[in-house]
Amino acid sequence: MNIHEYQAKALFRAHGVAVPEGGFARSAEEAEAVAARLGAKVVVVKAQIHAGGRGKGGGVKLAKSPAEARQFAEAMLGMTLVTPQTGPEGRLVRQVYVEAGSDIARELYLALTLDRERGDFALIASTEGGMNIEEVASLTPERVHTEFVDPNQGLQSFQARKLARALELDAAQTKSFGLLLAGLFELFVAKDASLVEINPLVVTKEGALLALDGKLNFDDNALFRHPDIAALRDPDEEDPRERAAREIDLSYVGLDGSVGCMVNGAGLAMATLDMIALCGGAPANFLDAGGGADREKVKQAFKLILRDEKVRAILVNIFGGIVRCDLIAEGVLAAAAELGVTAPLVVRLQGTNADEGRRLLAESDLDIAPAETLREAAELAVRAARGA
Amino acid sequence: MTILANRDTRLLVQGMGRMGQFHAERSLEAGTKVVAGVHPGRGGGEALGLPLFETAHEAVDATGANASVIFVPPPGAADAILEAADAGIELVVCITEGIPVNDMARALRALRGKPTRLVGPNCPGVLTPAQCRIGIMPAQIARPGPVGVVSRSGTLTYEAVDQLSKLGIGQSTCLGIGGDPLIGTPFVEALELFEADPETEAVVMIGEIGGVAEEAAARFVAEQMSKPVAAFIAGQNAPAGKRMGHAGAIIAGGRGRASDKMAALEAAGVAVSPSPAAIGETLARHAGLG
Repeated sequence: MNIHEYQAKALFRAHGVAVPEGGFARSAEEAEAVAARLGAKVVVVKAQIHAGGRGKGGGVKLAKSPAEARQFAEAMLGMTLVTPQTGPEGRLVRQVYVEAGSDIARELYLALTLDRERGDFALIASTEGGMNIEEVASLTPERVHTEFVDPNQGLQSFQARKLARALELDAAQTKSFGLLLAGLFELFVAKDASLVEINPLVVTKEGALLALDGKLNFDDNALFRHPDIAALRDPDEEDPRERAAREIDLSYVGLDGSVGCMVNGAGLAMATLDMIALCGGAPANFLDAGGGADREKVKQAFKLILRDEKVRAILVNIFGGIVRCDLIAEGVLAAAAELGVTAPLVVRLQGTNADEGRRLLAESDLDIAPAETLREAAELAVRAARGA
Repeated sequence: MTILANRDTRLLVQGMGRMGQFHAERSLEAGTKVVAGVHPGRGGGEALGLPLFETAHEAVDATGANASVIFVPPPGAADAILEAADAGIELVVCITEGIPVNDMARALRALRGKPTRLVGPNCPGVLTPAQCRIGIMPAQIARPGPVGVVSRSGTLTYEAVDQLSKLGIGQSTCLGIGGDPLIGTPFVEALELFEADPETEAVVMIGEIGGVAEEAAARFVAEQMSKPVAAFIAGQNAPAGKRMGHAGAIIAGGRGRASDKMAALEAAGVAVSPSPAAIGETLARHAGLG
């Protein structure tokens, strides 16, 4: 789960990571009031959306007065912000964060995440702050420094000192960097974060370390033990179809094609998308109905697929291991009848009780194309979506 | 022989709830020696005619269990893994999906250097056809034979096993290693086991987007494997930055693309099927079986 910059900064502050003074605003008037309260020579007005690269799309502006902050907020709120990370459709800006400007001497990069291959946490730092870290890593790998942290031992002081050396910090900065890292690590572990990224972490002209930006992602599987974090979710930032899927506990990813898909199991669901593409079609979605798919789940899944107006045909691909195909067939028939499905329907049932399931589908008066193999199912669905 | 599980495996079930009990029964039907269950609060009782214990230690002492399968819900699953290891169980198969990744990071670190092998979590288990079923795979689609199957997925594994069986090609052991970002037995270790197993003649490997475990497997195949390997990688059309069902199935930071994995495997001499419908055929052709 992703959260906004202003929410991340509040968590940073609570864990001893210094951030500029700031306040959140939903209207131009509020933005002006925050700027006046901050009393800084310069304030920064920042659009709050779940995507990076905001500066490039006009989502970050420097204002020299509260009145100017108001003007920028006025222009930003309600605009569709397009950044390199939003895609061409952009994101609607509903709120801004106004914070005191900083006198920047240096811009650094700092991140903490899990290294999947080693099973350790990776603390990544670079002298090249404010840049795309993946580009820095590929062009000048010697400027990216990584310390691996044993999850059972935790962060060690020497690791902070090593990174401070790599970042060319002076003695006083090294001390505050150590405290900052300790706070960041504590936050990461205490709240089950999956990524903390500060880009840039700045050294001010006075020599202080400040998190100028903040990105925090959390492990969805750990949200059950962090109701405070779960409450930070912003439903406006989610694809409405994905939000609806999450609410009924289905795994769904919206795509751009015309073949709606319902599959049991994530691997088979991905493979079904691949098969559709190999047959010259384009899938409308990824949908894993889960190992325990029953009649009600099948109906919910159909509802979700039908919300997408681009869907021209629906492919149901079930490999019954534990799931019984006859029960799935009943679910498909009930859903198709109840929801009045008019899109052509291709159903492939394999595994446990597949023959029984196929018989049920064949005996119904609904127009369902049965398929035996994965390839046949995809070919039929792609052809149906083309209207042939 | 086969790998990990055979007719001598003595299986303990941790978490005898609805799902644990359902699958324990399927395993018994498939001929597996299921010896006991562990379910805190129900020790001293029984289920399916099997004794239930409060702790894994008591169950091991009483029954000589040497493998366990975990159906414990996510908040307690990592603890159950550590408990099984502490009780001296050699093979621990964790089916549970949705374990916090930090719990797994700590548990995997704690298991290093210990004699316990963990398979999973978030996996369908281990199936040695006609001998032993640990987990949730449908035993009826498998048949004994010379092909090892290793996969990050559940139902896609069944699809591949079914394709093999329909071509008349049986399996030595089918191993689901799990769809989470951190797992106990990665591809390389599974391939090592199959390479060392005299009953395995060829291997089918089913990977997916996310991480670089398939690339590591490709290096292992190129450098140390004598047996033919066929592969399929799921998620060739998955968008970057989206988690595709499995917690570990995500293209992030330019890493984890299916195309990179397929290229690495092909360069290592693996026969890569672009189509999920041709996994069985690809193996048959490459290994000269069927």
